[in-house]
Amino acid sequence: MSASLLALESVTAAYGRLPVLHDVSLQVRPGDIVSLIGANGAGKSTTMMTICGRPRASRGRVLFDGADITRCPTHEIARLGICQAPEGRRIFGRMTVMENLQMGAIVANAPDGFEADLARVFALFPRLKDRASQRGGTLSGGEQQMLAIARALMGRPKLLLLDEPSLGLAPLVVKQIFEAIKALNADGLTVFLVEQNAYHALKLADRGYVMVNGRITMTGTGAELLASEDVRSAYLDGAASEAEEPVSS
Amino acid sequence: MAYFLQQLINGVTLGSIYGLIAIGYTMVYGIIGMINFAHGDIFMVGAFIALIAFLALTAIGVTAIPLALLLVLIIAIGLTSVWGWTVERVAYRPLRESFRLAPLITAIGMSIVLQNFIQIAQGARVKPLQPVITGGYELFKQGSFTVIVSNIQILIVATTVLVMGAFWLLINRTALGRSQRACEQDRLMAALSGVDVDRTISLTFVLGAGLAAVAGLLYLLYYGVIDFFIGFIVGIKAFTAAVFGGIGSIPGAMLGGLVIGLIETFWSAYFTIEYKDVAAFSMLAIVLIFFPTGLLGRPEVEKV
Repeated sequence: MSASLLALESVTAAYGRLPVLHDVSLQVRPGDIVSLIGANGAGKSTTMMTICGRPRASRGRVLFDGADITRCPTHEIARLGICQAPEGRRIFGRMTVMENLQMGAIVANAPDGFEADLARVFALFPRLKDRASQRGGTLSGGEQQMLAIARALMGRPKLLLLDEPSLGLAPLVVKQIFEAIKALNADGLTVFLVEQNAYHALKLADRGYVMVNGRITMTGTGAELLASEDVRSAYLDGAASEAEEPVSS
Repeated sequence: MAYFLQQLINGVTLGSIYGLIAIGYTMVYGIIGMINFAHGDIFMVGAFIALIAFLALTAIGVTAIPLALLLVLIIAIGLTSVWGWTVERVAYRPLRESFRLAPLITAIGMSIVLQNFIQIAQGARVKPLQPVITGGYELFKQGSFTVIVSNIQILIVATTVLVMGAFWLLINRTALGRSQRACEQDRLMAALSGVDVDRTISLTFVLGAGLAAVAGLLYLLYYGVIDFFIGFIVGIKAFTAAVFGGIGSIPGAMLGGLVIGLIETFWSAYFTIEYKDVAAFSMLAIVLIFFPTGLLGRPEVEKV
């Protein structure tokens, strides 16, 4: 699996003394969308944060582009091109939308490309353009999610990490956001997605992983997992109706 | 009326100095949520560095006052910043992940260390400086009372306005300031955005110390005497100013400094000078009863 852009090898991680991840291994190949699904509290967000070194893996290794980044400081991991739209969006609420995007552009380290990158994310999320001078904290949930993704994109990521982009959003907005992810991936961006909204996440995914209590219990292509009886009963109850009109969680 | 105007001028001058120091308290609180009790002593160290630099420059023959002042300012800011940086590096950073009170205790420790160091290195006696800037303007006369604004007062207020203006631009209009504000709002997200949080915290201490050095120089020029203990009482006043204005808020610190300076001056002028500190601290208590987060502070809202 040397072709992986990102690889977790038997990663164990804990918050203080509380173990959260046990022996987690997964791969993300360049150009893929990989989805990690699981119930609330399964350790999905922790997996995401462990990639960025918060918390640090206590055992195992995190490899990015072939290099071991397990011990790298968080800001250096970001500068390698791993940009995250984290759990809870974490918009800088007292900064304007524009300043939030400028914060995202730090990682890109390409001041000349700023205007072009800006035009690109505004094309993807036109609503942000209208809100550019507004404070981040005054945006609606959906707009904040768009801003979180746009901010991550401003860093010209090699790998985009998205943590529950559909959480708490209206069905129409969820659809919009997943369409944006699809479009970004079509342009060659590698995406690692964490979702409770298993149907959407797996439908989009080249590869999926299922996490239960901090362990990976299943893996396969998105289509395989969608078809799997275990996945269906555990995560896709009423998926048929959800497919048409996803319930905002 | 004339008397009132004179006190206003004096109060604004004093308030400028408090305001410069208060910014250091408020910025550090904003970014790491601790009160840097050693900050008043950093101001005192700044005043000593300014005095030594001034005497040294005079000794080597730099007698043109504007040039000497400019050099002293640069030297004081530079060296005091190193002190500020060192204090953070030695006493606070190792305790970053420790319990909340730990850095507060080391801050009090650093305050004592700095005071004692200067006391031993420079002696406990009051250090005078010959008046450097003299003269002033008579604004107008009313009976036998003349309202005077001295040149040193003009210098202090003008320097403060300039320095605060430059500082405001730095915080609000530059990438460096943006990173600083980002760390203040969400350190984890700042790190995820590629900001070196530790470096930014160091920078905050350096900036605060730089402003304290400016205050130290201005204090030295205004009063003409300093000693190793000035950092304590001036520091407490500036801290009060920061709380008054709303701790964590930079405009609040500037406003708070001004208000504390004015309260102190007017109380001394119209009531009893012995109780000027009581007046200042009482006003703080009253303000905190009605505005628990200070004049310009924002309520801490935990966002989910």
